Amino acid sequence: MSPLAILDGCATERAPATPAASEQPRPVLRERGQREVFCGLTGIIWLHRKMQDAFFLVVGSRTCAHLLQSAAGVMIFAEPRFATAIMEERDLAGMVDAQDELDRVVTRLLERRPDIRTLFLVGSCPSEVIKLDLAKAAQRLGAQYMPRVRILNYSGSGIETTFTQGEDACLAALVPVMPALAADAPKELLIVGSLPDIVEDQFLRLFAEMGIAKVGCLPSRNARELPSVGANTRYLLAQPFLGDTAMALEGRGARRIEALFPFGVEGTSDWLRSAAREFGIDAALVEKIIAPGRERARIALSKLRPQLEGKRITFLPDSQLEVPLARYLQDELGMELVEVGTPYLHRAHLARELDRFGPQVRVSEGQHLERQLDRVRADRPDITVCGLGLANPLEGEGLTTKWAIELVFSPIHGFDQAADLAELFARPLRRRDMLEV
Amino acid sequence: MQLAVWTYEGPPHVGAMRVATAMEKLHYVLHAPQGDTYADLLFTMIERRAKRPPVTYTTFEARDLGKDTAQIFQDAAREAVARFNPQAIIVGASCTAELIQDDPAGLSEAMGLPCPVIPLELPSYQRKENWGASETFYQIVRNLADKSVLRAPREGRPARVNILGPTALGFRHRDDLVEIRKILALLGVEVNLVAPLGATPQDITQIGAADFNIVLYPEIADEAARWLEKTFDQPTVRTVPIGVGATRSFIADVAELAGADPTPALGDTSSRMPWWSRSVDSTYLTSKRVFIFGDATHAVAAARIAREELGFEVCGLGCYAREFAREVRAEAARCGIEALITDDHLAVEDAIAAAAPELVLGTQMERHIAKRLGIPCAVISAPVHVQDFPARHSPQMGFEGANVIFDTWVHPLVMGLEEHLLTMFRDDFEFSDEAGASHHAAHSPRRASVQADAETQVADIPAPALAEAGATGWTDEAERELKKIPFFVRGKARRNTEAFAAADGRAQIDLETLYDAKAHYAR
Repeated sequence: MSPLAILDGCATERAPATPAASEQPRPVLRERGQREVFCGLTGIIWLHRKMQDAFFLVVGSRTCAHLLQSAAGVMIFAEPRFATAIMEERDLAGMVDAQDELDRVVTRLLERRPDIRTLFLVGSCPSEVIKLDLAKAAQRLGAQYMPRVRILNYSGSGIETTFTQGEDACLAALVPVMPALAADAPKELLIVGSLPDIVEDQFLRLFAEMGIAKVGCLPSRNARELPSVGANTRYLLAQPFLGDTAMALEGRGARRIEALFPFGVEGTSDWLRSAAREFGIDAALVEKIIAPGRERARIALSKLRPQLEGKRITFLPDSQLEVPLARYLQDELGMELVEVGTPYLHRAHLARELDRFGPQVRVSEGQHLERQLDRVRADRPDITVCGLGLANPLEGEGLTTKWAIELVFSPIHGFDQAADLAELFARPLRRRDMLEV
Repeated sequence: MQLAVWTYEGPPHVGAMRVATAMEKLHYVLHAPQGDTYADLLFTMIERRAKRPPVTYTTFEARDLGKDTAQIFQDAAREAVARFNPQAIIVGASCTAELIQDDPAGLSEAMGLPCPVIPLELPSYQRKENWGASETFYQIVRNLADKSVLRAPREGRPARVNILGPTALGFRHRDDLVEIRKILALLGVEVNLVAPLGATPQDITQIGAADFNIVLYPEIADEAARWLEKTFDQPTVRTVPIGVGATRSFIADVAELAGADPTPALGDTSSRMPWWSRSVDSTYLTSKRVFIFGDATHAVAAARIAREELGFEVCGLGCYAREFAREVRAEAARCGIEALITDDHLAVEDAIAAAAPELVLGTQMERHIAKRLGIPCAVISAPVHVQDFPARHSPQMGFEGANVIFDTWVHPLVMGLEEHLLTMFRDDFEFSDEAGASHHAAHSPRRASVQADAETQVADIPAPALAEAGATGWTDEAERELKKIPFFVRGKARRNTEAFAAADGRAQIDLETLYDAKAHYAR
């Protein structure tokens, strides 16, 4: 489960496409200290919107419930499909009692919400520390409620996961229950990572035009209708934070298609082309299919480029999206990267992204918040990407910021969102220049 | 285990953060895992603070467990003290750290830090946010108060007072304080100290120099005030000046303890609320049924204002904090109702639906419940969202507070009336049936499926909506008549009529039954 183990494990499957880079790995500033980041529970906020038949039950403390409520904002009131089983004093007294209590809560929940088809028991820091065995609970309750409800578990605790890693843990928990793809089945494509429906549909249309017959998505919109996986599965990561999920898919024989992440014109083109190449689609056909999207994105981006060109940007660690987004802002909008911080750096999945960075770009992994803020103050970048706990305080110091969570909630992948993505960074800068008070 | 989607209060360490963030030159070292920093954004986003809360989190990870979490805590504490140079630090554990039992108190004591260290014991699995704030403030006062600093003899000097209770993330605490200072200035009373908001640990040492204490928010300051009563023999003013009547009592209480003349403060002419409430435009407010829920202090104050100053009928009263249930029960008894003490928002929703009020006064949660039920609503208590930390001056306390309350509470009702007129006219052929709400403060009821009958189709006029789902025993004619009643009392009328019909043994509700019931329930 440790991130180091994940990194080591994935290094072996790294494609030898860039031998020069692997011989001399880029120096990375690794720091430990206070981390101003969300825990993995936050992933529930977007995952439950994606998987419409799933319910997420966090087993945790009042803090966990309060976090979800703070992160979910007003969404909490629209009959959400998540809740917290808040542990109380008596639950901490003995393990048997806690399991009984969990059974009681789950029974009550499933009675109240007969529409739930998949229930995730989500571990938190308190439940992990007292070693409440949620895997066993999921198994026991699953046996009781199958086939009506499938019960799975994963951990979104802060001691193990940072923000988007909650999605990684959730998807990794789905992989073992994906149906097996027959050994003699033709090659199938699997898109991994939750995307807004509109973006997912755009990609599916493009792959259909190329003639890739069967394309699955993980997560699927319905958690009970999972795509198949097997030795003939080729998967394409849509998000950079899916180390565990990738490992689990590899474990079931699937193979990763090496590609840039689909941000901006170049990222999206490379991502689509790489998949097409893997499926033996004629290159000329692929170019013809992606040409209109490329052109639209290029035109839209050309309007935003003057606002961002030459502007210096720093990313504080948040979602692991930092590296591919920085690559996009540098290559396609001419921004200058000062520091690119990420909670975890998956060297294999991000190898091609990192290769695009100039040697002067400071890449940092992990965080010592105070020291990092000292660097931001010394660098004085034009814009700093950071969490909401830091954004207003940095604005208060006269630094322009872009709050990072929006990058996780907004449609930003693909050709038709390339300019929206650039606009997210251009807007704070334009606003800074507009205001005269 | 308690199943919860929404909680009225955060964990107790968030209460401690509210005290620490309110103060200056105090730092909080919180033993907590990665992720607990989410609480920072309550302060930087909801309250829009331009500074980070003065909290250092140790951010331990799974791989640290069982070996060096204690060391991580000590390193974090040492770094925080060196970097921020606070006059004092508070140390404690969040819910997870409480389980690993590192004892921040003992650990920091052993370090010999160059400033006072105040250890906090906040039982996360038993207590909640307000209790955490109260306990933290009490411990700060108890640990820092200099017992040799005592008040000087009174002759020839103005009275001096401590104002206790305002914190960060407090509902209107910033503006309430302005109003309280105004009253004290009119009474010639000096302020020795405001705490926690704006106070430094150094300031706290001087707390004994005041003649008496004013507790503005008992949820936060009552514990500390009781200790001060005992230790420094300082009397306490406990009247919470929310509403005109309560403000007058507050002025009288302060004047008495200060030996001052209350006349200038009582004669403050900034209070428009009594006249507004007496003006004929307000007549329609008489006996409007209001449901009140919030923290105990604001709920009780709101109930008094509703009854005595606006002429409402309180049909429901409750609070989410068990600690202050007694005051709420007493006030509920005065209203002739049973208090609702719960932290389960579903129970509140059920109670509101059952009471069928015409106005809901509550927290952010009740705002959403009222929205769902199509009832006008105003916010009177935390927890609140960002819009209830307004830029403009917007107190709840004092005479200006009463003005603010009048406007805030009546606004959704006036809007409700407008909404009713719009809905009535919507059935006229000039108006489109699609016309939506004119504003967001009140909401029209969910549109029933319009089932046009033959005659109206000929006339090309949208037919009035027919029976709402689940209604049984109503004749079409009675159902149509019911629709002519304003939507915000329609629910009550339906309920009353059905109860009347059942009691009277009538199987069918026709026009006759409707009007018999109306006569039966006449005020």
